[in-house]
Amino acid sequence: MAVCVAVIAKENYPLYIRSIPTENELKFHYMVHTSLDVVDEKISAMGKALVDQRELYLGLLYPTEDYKVYPSHQLCRYGYVTNSKVKFVMVVDSSNTALRDNEIRSMFRKLHNSYTDVMCNPFYNPGDRIHSRAFDSMVTSMMIQVC
Amino acid sequence: MEAAAGGGCGSGPPLLLSEGEQQCYSELFARCAGAAGGGPGSGPPEAARTVPGTVTAAAGPVADLFRASQLPAETLHQITELCGAKRVGYFGPTQFYIALKLIAAAQSGLPVRIESIKCELPLPRFMMSKTDAEIRFGNPAELHGTKVQIPYLITEKNTFKRMDDEDKQQETQSPTMSPLASPPSSPPHYQRVPLSHGYSKLRSSTEQMHPAPYEARQPLVQPEGPSSGAPGAKPPRHKASLIRSFSVEREPHDNSSNYPDEPWRITEEQREYYVNQFRSLQPDPSSFISGSVAKNFFTKSKLSIPELSYIWELSDADCDGALTLPEFCAAFHLIVARKNGYPLPEGLPPTLQPEYLQAAFPKPKRECTLFDSYSESMPANQQPRDLNRMEKLSIKDTADFPVPTQDVTSDDKQEQNKTRLALKSTADEALPKDMSEDPATSKDSNSLKARPRSRSYSSTSIEEAMKRGEDPPTPPPRPQKTHSRASSLDLNKVFQPSVPATKSGLLPPPPALPPRPCPSQISHHNVNSERSAHPKPPTQLPNYGDFRLQKQSEQVSEAEIHPQLNRAPSQVAESSPTKKDIPHSQPPSKPIRRKFRPENSATESQEPPSTVGPVSAASGKPHAAVQKQSSKQKKAIQTAIRKNKEANAVLARLNSELQQQLKEVHQERIALENQLEQLRPVTVL
Repeated sequence: MAVCVAVIAKENYPLYIRSIPTENELKFHYMVHTSLDVVDEKISAMGKALVDQRELYLGLLYPTEDYKVYPSHQLCRYGYVTNSKVKFVMVVDSSNTALRDNEIRSMFRKLHNSYTDVMCNPFYNPGDRIHSRAFDSMVTSMMIQVC
Repeated sequence: MEAAAGGGCGSGPPLLLSEGEQQCYSELFARCAGAAGGGPGSGPPEAARTVPGTVTAAAGPVADLFRASQLPAETLHQITELCGAKRVGYFGPTQFYIALKLIAAAQSGLPVRIESIKCELPLPRFMMSKTDAEIRFGNPAELHGTKVQIPYLITEKNTFKRMDDEDKQQETQSPTMSPLASPPSSPPHYQRVPLSHGYSKLRSSTEQMHPAPYEARQPLVQPEGPSSGAPGAKPPRHKASLIRSFSVEREPHDNSSNYPDEPWRITEEQREYYVNQFRSLQPDPSSFISGSVAKNFFTKSKLSIPELSYIWELSDADCDGALTLPEFCAAFHLIVARKNGYPLPEGLPPTLQPEYLQAAFPKPKRECTLFDSYSESMPANQQPRDLNRMEKLSIKDTADFPVPTQDVTSDDKQEQNKTRLALKSTADEALPKDMSEDPATSKDSNSLKARPRSRSYSSTSIEEAMKRGEDPPTPPPRPQKTHSRASSLDLNKVFQPSVPATKSGLLPPPPALPPRPCPSQISHHNVNSERSAHPKPPTQLPNYGDFRLQKQSEQVSEAEIHPQLNRAPSQVAESSPTKKDIPHSQPPSKPIRRKFRPENSATESQEPPSTVGPVSAASGKPHAAVQKQSSKQKKAIQTAIRKNKEANAVLARLNSELQQQLKEVHQERIALENQLEQLRPVTVL
């Protein structure tokens, strides 16, 4: 159900971004980019609290937005930040089923785990784009799990 | 062998085909020739296109076949040109066979050249359409991705046509006979040969790869037979293999056809090499190689980073950023395969899975029953000590069962690893205790392994114990060697340039690994040999054992060492020549050499020998060894200090120059700002 998954580095450049309807990829890129501001806002709001106390899952970033091209789709954006300020942004198509919060959380957890596995690869330099096939396959499974 | 029978035109390069290839190609040829004639199975093809008396394959089916090989069009053009069909104008048998070989080469990733077909190649793969398969072969099952070739399924169909060998006719006509076991082994031959080909170059050992650990899989091959296709095709192939013996038949039947992915099967030699390399990076085979260490190591293989990254992804099964021994072997094997031109698999092949590798660790000579007890279903959650056992077993080639007792007794107190200790203490009886201590693997093989294993453990424990024993007296020279900030790597390279050249000339490492001996390991072994009072059989590697033996007896028959060194892996091999090499040129190998040159040690022993810890009777030598080593280290450190100072000076100069530039830029900036100030009031108004 996720239509777009993006991993943004600490410096706010994308490490990995992939969307399902590939013809509108640019639009998804734009959506992810605009959500970054919201993410930053959320994490700075809790700036006083220590990092540990800040929850990684940020929740719904934007109110749902009507997708012009596909009016039936309601796209929601969810955010998740790791302790190293790596951000995961997911755009979800909630037209079919309303995904519960827990499901989104679990998806983010899977993303985080896969990202950690990518990090464990000594040949991966932090800051590179992610080309790991395992990561790709995990994202694919997330994207087409319900579609 | 493929001589252009029947008026072969071109004098192409002499084509050596194995019988399997022979059959495959002749079947394909027959199909192409017969197809134009209106269908296969029509008996000897009189479909002579051009020259009467010469059977040729029609261009149409041939083109289809080539396209089915899924090679790019230009590659196919190249192949067509090379094989000579263009020259002669038709696809005679010679040209066709050459073309098939070239297709196989291209599919294996080798360049399309005549030379490519000289080496052993897997059979070319053709993805025919389903309808074609059904029509022609009657068995679409072969359209899987495995290496089961189309011709296998051609049973009573055509096949002969231009048989330059009546045997084939007999085969196809005769009913099935031979056991199903052998035919499936034929393709594994080819797939495996190229990889082991590379390794024969690597090891330069006369003995060919022997699927020794896989002999036990014979019983498993039987069920495999029916699964790969029509059984009828197999007996003919088997007969061919029986009748012919080609160079490919170096190995006995590779019955490990449980898995069709032969290139991913690690031979004994390869495993040994991998294990040795592992030990060079990490002396303790039971622990991990960290990610950075492995990265440096694998980067030397000169593969691209993305490929290495992918190989790591495949091999690090638990994604912990470190490689255990089976993971390391798998990664190493994948690297070697990649360097030999094999495309990387999509997923980790079953023969490279850690569980499988753990199971396959023991050497065949141990006990045939071992393999029966081992199966790929060995629990993956085997505790590390099981891994240890198996690694130890795999390391030793010459298992001497009576040895362990002595080692065990002497090492008990020094053992630090609890598992090892437990095993050693029970070395004599071993069997039941080991079984009880290893709940994960309650197999008979454990007992068998226990004894040889304890032997190996004793040796390593001795080394470690001695290493520890030596720590208090003097600063451990070996760690300094490897971890000293004084660019220890450079020092190693500087001091041992000749060693790799001499000894590793026999072993051109595929991943371009630097054949630098690990000083700690070597010194461990040296010290070990010094300490142990009993002649120990080679527990880890033949040359190690030789060292100890010679050390014990004090009779250096260096001639003995040489042949063993030649066989030994690079790192150990290097250590041995250092013995005879210039005494003062190789700091890490000092102890080795000194053992055989007592005169040198006398001159070097300056430090109080009492500082050396609990050394046994031969105290003088160990002391001297340490002293000499430390003095050499001093020199090395001083050299390193000098180098660092020089570097410092250079950097300081650079710093000052940059500061200067910075000042200048500052001044310019100030000047510009002043100008701006002067201009501003004018514009504002």
